[in-house]
Amino acid sequence: MPTPLTPVLSATWDARDSWTLDAYEKQGGYQALRTALTMEPDAVVALVKDSGLRGRGGAGFPTGMKWGFLPKPDGGPRYLVVNADESEPGTCKDIPLMLASPHVLVEGAIIAAHAIRAAKAFIYLRGEVVHVYRRLLAAVAEAKDRGYLGANILGSGFDLDLVVHAGAGAYICGEETALLDSLEGRRGQPRLRPPFPAVAGLYARPTVVNNVESIASVPSIVANGPDWFSGMGTGKSAGVGLFSLSGHVTRPGQYEAPLGITLRELLDLAGGVRHGHELKFWTPGGSSTPLLTAEHLDVPLDFESVAGAGSMLGTRALQIFDETTSVVRAVLRWTEFYAHESCGKCTPCREGTYWLVQVLRRIEAGKGTEEDIEKLLDICDNILGRAFCALGDGATSPIVSAVKFFRDEFVAGTHTPAWELFPYERSTLFAEVPAR
Amino acid sequence: MLQTAPRAPSDDKRWRMVDTRMRRLGFSPDGLIEVLHTAQEAFGYLEPEALDYIGASLGVPPSRVYGVATFYSHFTLKPKGRHTCVVCTGTACYINGAGAILRRIEDDLHVRPGETTEDEEVSLLTARCIGACSLAPAVVLDGRIQGKLGPDDVMNRLEQL
Repeated sequence: MPTPLTPVLSATWDARDSWTLDAYEKQGGYQALRTALTMEPDAVVALVKDSGLRGRGGAGFPTGMKWGFLPKPDGGPRYLVVNADESEPGTCKDIPLMLASPHVLVEGAIIAAHAIRAAKAFIYLRGEVVHVYRRLLAAVAEAKDRGYLGANILGSGFDLDLVVHAGAGAYICGEETALLDSLEGRRGQPRLRPPFPAVAGLYARPTVVNNVESIASVPSIVANGPDWFSGMGTGKSAGVGLFSLSGHVTRPGQYEAPLGITLRELLDLAGGVRHGHELKFWTPGGSSTPLLTAEHLDVPLDFESVAGAGSMLGTRALQIFDETTSVVRAVLRWTEFYAHESCGKCTPCREGTYWLVQVLRRIEAGKGTEEDIEKLLDICDNILGRAFCALGDGATSPIVSAVKFFRDEFVAGTHTPAWELFPYERSTLFAEVPAR
Repeated sequence: MLQTAPRAPSDDKRWRMVDTRMRRLGFSPDGLIEVLHTAQEAFGYLEPEALDYIGASLGVPPSRVYGVATFYSHFTLKPKGRHTCVVCTGTACYINGAGAILRRIEDDLHVRPGETTEDEEVSLLTARCIGACSLAPAVVLDGRIQGKLGPDDVMNRLEQL
């Protein structure tokens, strides 16, 4: 039986004016907050631990455990930071979520701040998405007016100040320690760990940094109980998640399903690969995860199974490429992105990504040499595990996996340009669909 | 040591917006990015005098102000045109024809990404994935996202701006 869609976060997206507080309350919004405020903070942490919720930002670290790492309160400030700097190529789940349903994030943030005893919380949003920024500001103002934010929330004695902070365009700020530096008004460059943010994060105080989707999942877990959540998904990957399909697919968009659904099932729901074409390769979780091919169509999309297939679940950004796409060209595009976004702090990433682009451009132009493929892999080997943060590691993922599955295309790059092997207009929609 | 508060570079009224922002943030050095946002919104770009003034007001050294202003791609030290057109060149948009849109704009308006047309009407920018992959190819015209457009449509809408 195919896995059905299970809209939880996306359930209210098509409701009338779904982003307003009235619409959200009509759907039972802010009831979970009332429940949570009657509970001891540690009980909320335990509840989220029991639910098996794992970080939805890519790494999959158990959310409840992260909250539990904070040291005992010492009277000083503690912070909750929501990482809304969604910029991984292909990932489009947090932005639609915040646009359609900003209050679920606000409610989740209040519950999470209560659980970790933080009186100040930040939502660090990408600066480019001004429409989401306005919507979040409006949602926070509405929540404040109705007593969900501010002093003595709902008479519980709990105070919370929630600040929406707009970034200014830097992919690296999605890395949690770089995000913290950016919040402090500096260049966003990753910090050395340890100390981890749980011990010394924002302004060197205990800080929890969570992804938007993780925090937005909290209200439904509080409302329905941890067993409801852990009853969905597979083994160690509990619950539901937003899968974003894009690329050569008939109906791109967000599909909310239990973890463990397969790409084959998702493609069925999305109307399949572009008509008349077949799947060539895909990314399971954005461009920083090693790409997979048609033979992995039935891999359950949960943390363990995707890792078993040699990749990572990441942010569940499924970018679909059909047989008209040159893998060399796709990988070069991603690598140019990483070279541009490398923050420059560490040498392996700053210099390595630059040289990867040079070599890949040669191969794309059909001017590569026999040694170039080994050189690519050698540079990747010198970045992987030696870069300061995960950006460098992520940059190597598409290259190493592409060479593994499509080595012949890289070999062809020693004599034939990629645009002759895969005429670029064939992979674009406008070549086949006349301009409207 | 600075004895008096720094004075705004000119009596342009827009400095008041910047001053208000700084005051609301308590002239705290960690508000630097927010203040740069406000200054760029007011003036369209960050001129050297603005960087000096903001740095002096917040007690942030010029090296750090310049470092932050050049680190983040949102900030620009060059004046912008009356309208902005951002073409998303993220993966989904790219395979759906962002390249053709970009080429068309470059050819028709004689402008390269990061530049402004000679008549100072349009600034052309590119962005790597604006999170609207299901609308690919996406462009942002004067802050409004428009999706699933071909090169002709984009040129038409640019002319209507």
